[in-house]
Amino acid sequence: MSLLAVDAVVVGYGAVDILHGVSIEVNLGEIVSIIGPNGSGKSTLMKAIFGLLKPKQGVVRFNGDDITGLPPHKVVRRGICYVPQAENVFLSLTVQENLEMGGFILNGGVRERTELVYEMFPDLKSAQHKKVGRLSGGQRQMVAIGRSLMLDPRLLLLDEPSAGLAPIYVDGIFQRVLEISRSGVTILIVEQNARKALSVSHRGYVLAAGENRHQGPATALLANEEVRRVYLGG
Amino acid sequence: MAELVVFGLILGSIIALGAIGLSLIYGILRFANFSHGDLMTLGAYAAFLVVVDVMPRLGVSGGQLGPLSFGWPMLLAFLAAMAAVGAVAMAADRLVYQRLRRRRISPIILAIASLGVAIMVRSVIYMAWGGDFRFYTSALRPAMQLPLGIRLRPDEVFVFGMAAALVLLVYLFLERTRMGKALRATADNPDLARISGIDTERMILWVWAIGGGLAAMAGVLLGIESQLRPEMGWSFLLPLFAAVLLGGIGNPYGALVGGLVIGVAQQVSTHFLLPTYKPAVAFAILILVLLFRPKGIFGSRYGY
Repeated sequence: MSLLAVDAVVVGYGAVDILHGVSIEVNLGEIVSIIGPNGSGKSTLMKAIFGLLKPKQGVVRFNGDDITGLPPHKVVRRGICYVPQAENVFLSLTVQENLEMGGFILNGGVRERTELVYEMFPDLKSAQHKKVGRLSGGQRQMVAIGRSLMLDPRLLLLDEPSAGLAPIYVDGIFQRVLEISRSGVTILIVEQNARKALSVSHRGYVLAAGENRHQGPATALLANEEVRRVYLGG
Repeated sequence: MAELVVFGLILGSIIALGAIGLSLIYGILRFANFSHGDLMTLGAYAAFLVVVDVMPRLGVSGGQLGPLSFGWPMLLAFLAAMAAVGAVAMAADRLVYQRLRRRRISPIILAIASLGVAIMVRSVIYMAWGGDFRFYTSALRPAMQLPLGIRLRPDEVFVFGMAAALVLLVYLFLERTRMGKALRATADNPDLARISGIDTERMILWVWAIGGGLAAMAGVLLGIESQLRPEMGWSFLLPLFAAVLLGGIGNPYGALVGGLVIGVAQQVSTHFLLPTYKPAVAFAILILVLLFRPKGIFGSRYGY
């Protein structure tokens, strides 16, 4: 059984639909990428899974339970964490406080989890009492991912983790994604940087204009003539 | 002059209590709460009800605490006033603001709605207690003679101490507790707060309870320091907003400094101007801040 199953969701803002019945599945332990051009509805899909947008039709199931339209603060408690593309850190809070907020729903063990995150991102440890607004873009992205790891999620949703980062950080971020996956977290990534994302993924979906266009093993998508030409830039 | 500065700090500590709450509410809800002054008044009268009506009827006089003009029932009145105003503020949210919020109505409309709440609260106070000046006690206590020719009533020392203790409590709450950090996180980025599992509607109730409780205490302390009248809080709005803007909107620590500065400026101005111009001083500072330092003296709202 798949860990996450999105079945024919229709999502829109007001009268305008962005997703016209998109379906995806993510199996336990996988890294799955969703790629596609700007405006294809990738981020909208993430928001719909996480309850920030309510699907007009269709079902989102997590671990077999219907979570369609559940508010975000309840989705978190199911074991899903989400790193939005933008504004994904609390700028006026310190690094330490950002991580604590990531573990807000924990009943204990916040300190231990924080230490684990610092082990993964040693740079953050030395900046732990700095306000995140004072950090560089690359460091902020580490805080954002670190925050989402505080709950030891079963499923991690990453929206454009490499967007806006200097090229030297991009490989580092995908390296982290692999490490997180190895620690037992199932991952769903939305990426502009399609080639990089697929290269670390097991499977991928190509969205276009709010509809499923292609899907399959990442290696097959990387080899597919049409996908290469239209979505991977040759 | 030294005496005016001291009086200014006492007035400023009361302004700060109101302004911190106003700033916290703005930080979370993004609208200017025009009912804040009248919540202060409500707190002052709620304490009056306890001290002058309820306790004597129960046969409790309470006497006087040391050199102060009031007894221990006043401490009970503090708690009652904070609870009452906190509850009224939370109820107003559920009855008025939440309904508007759900319709994604602009902050301007919310601010106007808070003006409506202000008028309702004040009307209830007029109906219940009338428009006359009221006092918690008729007891007169001698002023203390301090260095630099400063003469202070013990009550005024108490007012400042109480305000300082409350500010410290708010600081510890915001910086050290899980709920306080969640409140700051919600003010910073409400979507990310929800994503992190924080129930932001619950945070809104917290901020009304805290802001309302602080407003209540500001009202009671103002009543102890001077007297009670139904317009006391409404006419206090100007210095409150001046303090909030001076400190940077949504920054509670800025509001504290802003409150003290406005209080001192108002009192020191009486050395040069008639006391009736005190509100004008707050207004002048407000205009100057808007013109030259719209983000407040601390610059960025986040203080990083």
